[in-house]
Amino acid sequence: MKVLVAGLNHKIADVDVREKLAFTGSKLEEGLLRFTELPEVDEAIILSTCNRVELYANVSETEKASESIKTFLSEFHNINKDSLDNALYFYHDIQAVEHVFKVASSLDSMIVGEPQILGQLKDAFDLALSKKTTGFLLNKLMKKAISTAKRVRTETRIAENAVSISFSAVELAKKIFTDLSKKVCMLLGAGEMAELAAKHLISNGVREVLVANRTFERACSLAEEFHGIPVKFEEFLQEMVRADIVICSTGAPSYILMKSQMQKVMKERKQRQVFIIDISVPRNIDPEINDLENVYLYNVDDLQGVVASNLFERQKEAEKAEKIIAEELETFVKWQASLDSVPTIKALREKAEEIKKEEIDKLFHKLSGIGEKEREAIEYMATALVNKLIHPPTAALKEDSENRDLLVAAVRKLYGIDGEKNGE
Amino acid sequence: MGLILFEFCLTFYFASMIIGITELFKGSKTTSRLLIILAGVGFALHTISIVYRYVTAGHIPITNPHEATSFFAWCIVFLFFLLQFRYKIMLLSSFIMPIVFSLMLVSSMLSRVMKPLSPVLQSYWLGIHAVFAFLGNAAFALAFGIGLMYLVQEHYVKSKHHGGLFGRLPSLQTLDEINYRLITIGFPLLTLAIITGMLWAESAWGSYWNWDPRETWSLITWFIYAIVLHARLIAGWRGRRAALLSIVGFFTIIIAFFGIKLLQKGLHVFL
Repeated sequence: MKVLVAGLNHKIADVDVREKLAFTGSKLEEGLLRFTELPEVDEAIILSTCNRVELYANVSETEKASESIKTFLSEFHNINKDSLDNALYFYHDIQAVEHVFKVASSLDSMIVGEPQILGQLKDAFDLALSKKTTGFLLNKLMKKAISTAKRVRTETRIAENAVSISFSAVELAKKIFTDLSKKVCMLLGAGEMAELAAKHLISNGVREVLVANRTFERACSLAEEFHGIPVKFEEFLQEMVRADIVICSTGAPSYILMKSQMQKVMKERKQRQVFIIDISVPRNIDPEINDLENVYLYNVDDLQGVVASNLFERQKEAEKAEKIIAEELETFVKWQASLDSVPTIKALREKAEEIKKEEIDKLFHKLSGIGEKEREAIEYMATALVNKLIHPPTAALKEDSENRDLLVAAVRKLYGIDGEKNGE
Repeated sequence: MGLILFEFCLTFYFASMIIGITELFKGSKTTSRLLIILAGVGFALHTISIVYRYVTAGHIPITNPHEATSFFAWCIVFLFFLLQFRYKIMLLSSFIMPIVFSLMLVSSMLSRVMKPLSPVLQSYWLGIHAVFAFLGNAAFALAFGIGLMYLVQEHYVKSKHHGGLFGRLPSLQTLDEINYRLITIGFPLLTLAIITGMLWAESAWGSYWNWDPRETWSLITWFIYAIVLHARLIAGWRGRRAALLSIVGFFTIIIAFFGIKLLQKGLHVFL
């Protein structure tokens, strides 16, 4: 009864390898069922995302199981088995549990702290539950991984601060303006990053989008996409008076907006704050504009700087997360150790002795008039009863049978000596 | 009794100030909640101590420097709580509680002896004039704190180095609007304080305006805030300029309040 993790992620495999091994769509369910049917595998979960493919299993013999998983993967995906030799990582026991915790907590992600992975892991677990491919070990592992991830999320600031340029633009806008839903955004020119930033701003509530482009047709089509208003490029300065956020990304070789022009715009705006994002290279907006009051100009490097420092912050938070994971790992290992037969036998014996003592005390309390001899006889009988009753389960647990894991779990459940709640 | 209440209140304000300052470096929900509770207990004690003094003295307790300073601090905390519940501004207490505690500390060092009221002060104008004046000044004190917060946040946004408070300080526009709102509350109160003061002066000394230093400084303060409001509406002086002006304005208030006391021989001698 050991946890085994087999898989690959963005760190060790390029996308062309990952896509070959991915379990997409209906292949996921089919793959999970075939994975469970492997004789070496007692429980199974498959996690397949764009950045990782991981197979979680409860196995008895790691070596044999690893080999059979490799065969399964190569057959299922029609890949040469030899080519998998160096493409996969295998973790077992504590390392495997630690890895799963890290994945769930998003410490193993491409962007540390990104929140999607936990949802993806939950989906994988839900599928396994509905197909009944998991048992008490992987169920426990998943629940613990999810609760660990939640602890990491609430006790560290790992998921705070944007780590992409477009999101950091939104975050900045929120630090300049109270309510984005009352703001007007202007898109000058077009480009992937500029459009992405505009999209994020819209999804964060920006009320209106003005689109100006050198070719008016392009402005019209972009405006349609954003439900905005096209603006003639020659008129962008007049329209800018209305704009609170300006995203600039034109291909112009020089500045299209000078300080003196901006000064006029600000005067007409009655100095209301403006956030200007100049994503273009070469820059399109005179950097001196940032010196104007209530104008906040960020270029690509500035935003990149924000992202870099946010990433650095996340890295620091990741260290705190590691500590949380270490703690949770310890409780998991303790729980797992309690599943061995020896501690189970001991716990069973203790439980029985406890009951015996309680009942004898109660009885003696009621029968205060009896003599020493009778007492001894009663105690003797109680001991005999207990011994006889717990002998068969004890013997079964000591026997080195194939189903020992199952028996341990059954005994614990039937006698109410669950690992963590021991003594309660 | 009054003494004990005052000392306890001082202690609670001190504790909340210390937490407020530590919050500038590292804060959590628990510490902010604790801070509000401590400040709240301090405020309750403060209120009781003022009421107690009112009952013992038989008139509103703002007739000597100790009482006046303490009442000023009370008004600031009162408005602070209103603002906090309305806007839930993180870190506001870090900027306000030091002002409150400093005022209370000054108050605690001044003579607490209750003297019989001079005839001039035995007037219903006393309460009206003083409450307008102190509430108005308290609004300006909060505008000062908000102005400081604005300058810090603006520095982060402008310089593109997002320091430790960047994430927790409110947005520039929020701070600017609160600053504006506070001044629009403080300014009419100050105006009313000046008008009631003039009426009182007329009834007490027979002339509306006597150019005593406090009157002069109040007029200066009034002009500064009039400029803040006017320039904002006409020329769009908002943001940084408004923040700076509200800081300058608060300094003139402090001068009017304490500075003059040190070298004055004017009509307002009782304060």
